[in-house]
Amino acid sequence: MADLQDIAIIDPGVDDNIAKLTPERIETTINKVLTEECSARLEAYRQTCVHCGLCAEACQSYISRNGDPDYAPVAKVEDTLWEMVKRKGKVDAEFLHNAARIAFIDCGACRRCSMYCPFGIDISYLIMTVRRILNLLGVVPQYLQDTTNSHAATMNQMWVQQDDWIDTLMWQEEDAQAELAGTRIPLDKEGAEIMYSIIGPEPKILAQLIANMAIIFKVAGADWTMPSTDGWDNSNMAMYSGDFETMGRVERLHWERAMQLKVKRVVMGECGHAYRGAVYDGPRWLGWTKPPIPMVHAVEYYYELIKSGRLKIARKIKESVTVQDPCNIVRGRGLHDKLRYVVNAICEDFRDMDPRYEHNYCCQAGGGLINCGPPWKLSRMKSNKVKAEQIAETGAHTVITPCHNCHSGIEDIIGHYKLGCHVSFISEMLVKTIEMPEA
Amino acid sequence: MYEIIRGPLVWIAFIGFFGGMAYQFINMARLAKKDRVVYPTLSAKFGMRSVLHWLVPFGGRNMQLHPFFTVLSFAFHVCVLVTPLFLMGHAVLWQESWGIRWWSLPEAVADVMTLVVIFACVFFIIRRLVRPEVRNVSYPSDFVLALLVMAPFATGFAAHHQWLPYKPMIIIHGLSGVLWLLAIPWTRLVHMLWFPFTRAYMGSEFGSVRHSRDW
Repeated sequence: MADLQDIAIIDPGVDDNIAKLTPERIETTINKVLTEECSARLEAYRQTCVHCGLCAEACQSYISRNGDPDYAPVAKVEDTLWEMVKRKGKVDAEFLHNAARIAFIDCGACRRCSMYCPFGIDISYLIMTVRRILNLLGVVPQYLQDTTNSHAATMNQMWVQQDDWIDTLMWQEEDAQAELAGTRIPLDKEGAEIMYSIIGPEPKILAQLIANMAIIFKVAGADWTMPSTDGWDNSNMAMYSGDFETMGRVERLHWERAMQLKVKRVVMGECGHAYRGAVYDGPRWLGWTKPPIPMVHAVEYYYELIKSGRLKIARKIKESVTVQDPCNIVRGRGLHDKLRYVVNAICEDFRDMDPRYEHNYCCQAGGGLINCGPPWKLSRMKSNKVKAEQIAETGAHTVITPCHNCHSGIEDIIGHYKLGCHVSFISEMLVKTIEMPEA
Repeated sequence: MYEIIRGPLVWIAFIGFFGGMAYQFINMARLAKKDRVVYPTLSAKFGMRSVLHWLVPFGGRNMQLHPFFTVLSFAFHVCVLVTPLFLMGHAVLWQESWGIRWWSLPEAVADVMTLVVIFACVFFIIRRLVRPEVRNVSYPSDFVLALLVMAPFATGFAAHHQWLPYKPMIIIHGLSGVLWLLAIPWTRLVHMLWFPFTRAYMGSEFGSVRHSRDW
């Protein structure tokens, strides 16, 4: 039985919009997605799942809620998509309310369960299909929909205006210069080797991360640039709210900007789902098999810089650290070894999590979950007791999180479960540890 | 009655089974073209890598977490596929009907393999009733399917050992076998056909797109 407190949560984006729907609209929308947007994968997965329940223990929400069967991945699909298929789209308001909770809050689309299903059923794809249907019905948690609206109107996640963008970059350039003389944030430098790509929350609330990266580029002697206009943010919440049209616009503009700047590659900041959107979800929607220009995630880039000696570590972090494996760059790109190389290079006392690598537990914040906002925070916390226990077991002082969602999600977990540790991006540690040139 | 089962019904079962599987396969191949990501994503190398990992017992972490279930599940699947094909009684029928000479299992081995299938089916049914996460998603059809798979084995075993009157038992055995074959393409038993493909697709996504492992 799903948590009664969670079932009772009212979200205007979900419930007010369900109230406006007619049975006809619900039915036609569901059937349109099922027949026009889905085909072989949906059909093969529907026929193949034998209800063995072996996916259950893959899910952090199932484990954290003491094996409540309603939180097993198979139950989440049974209670949403397969029920829509069985009822041929004839579902009611209560059903949609629960489907929205399950699809937007109880599943982070982290794909861990696909590694536990003997058939490799892509359960995350099935949940994303539920989100797609709900999006077309206008049923999306209000906070998440706001980020999607922001993408549609401003092409970034957080309503950052053009003048704010330039102003923030200039401010961060000055801050970086105070740390290391001569540091620049080169804008629109055509033909630079690298375009540096970041996400909306950086200029909005975590601007110092931009200065950190400028210092790292300066020390490494990189030839880099950032776009002065839209296309700088590919964080893409639309990908997770089911608004694939907007997702496609965001990714197209991002890659067009990179092409206009004629860069050789794009370095993606420490964000997992922006990486996912730019490297495969976006290109797929746009009909491309791969991005037009190679993209490397910050973890890969740091690895390259440290390994090649372009960044030298002068002093290591003394406090004990552990590391979160973000789904979109570990299960989604196999960067776990490079991540550990970087962490070991800059930290003296690294304590790994168990389970780790592709099998590490999800942060219960990515996949759009944390973006669903305050109404759902307590539910997220309940669904991630296992992460809190896993972090506590390491006894680490700091959890390194090379992904914005993992960072915010684990910060919440630390606060809620009073773990008394801290979170940090790698860039924050790099600027403290690398050898700076003499000013 | 026995002659009808041995004659026309066997033909119906084989034609139904192979025809149904062929239809499902062709239909899915067509649907896969419409699902535009399927063919461009499929990779022989990473698909095979994933299938192999999941065909080897304990090849994936989940299998290591459930050792008893892994051993039983592998034993069940091997026995359920191999026993009917290589049972001595069936080999005689192959030879009598079509003159096909076939290697056959020693009787004692076939008996053990049959018992493994029956035991596994009983275990699967009990597991469905006992484990909350499985009971929660179990429908009457799931129990019927387990019984349907068990039926030809249980009745064949009872008939062979003449625990129950031979004639009616062998007739029920034949009928349940026919039903089982006919059901495979149209029920969740079709996972027999889709396993290599769903697995290969996920292996390809994880391997070639996401550069990671899926086991």
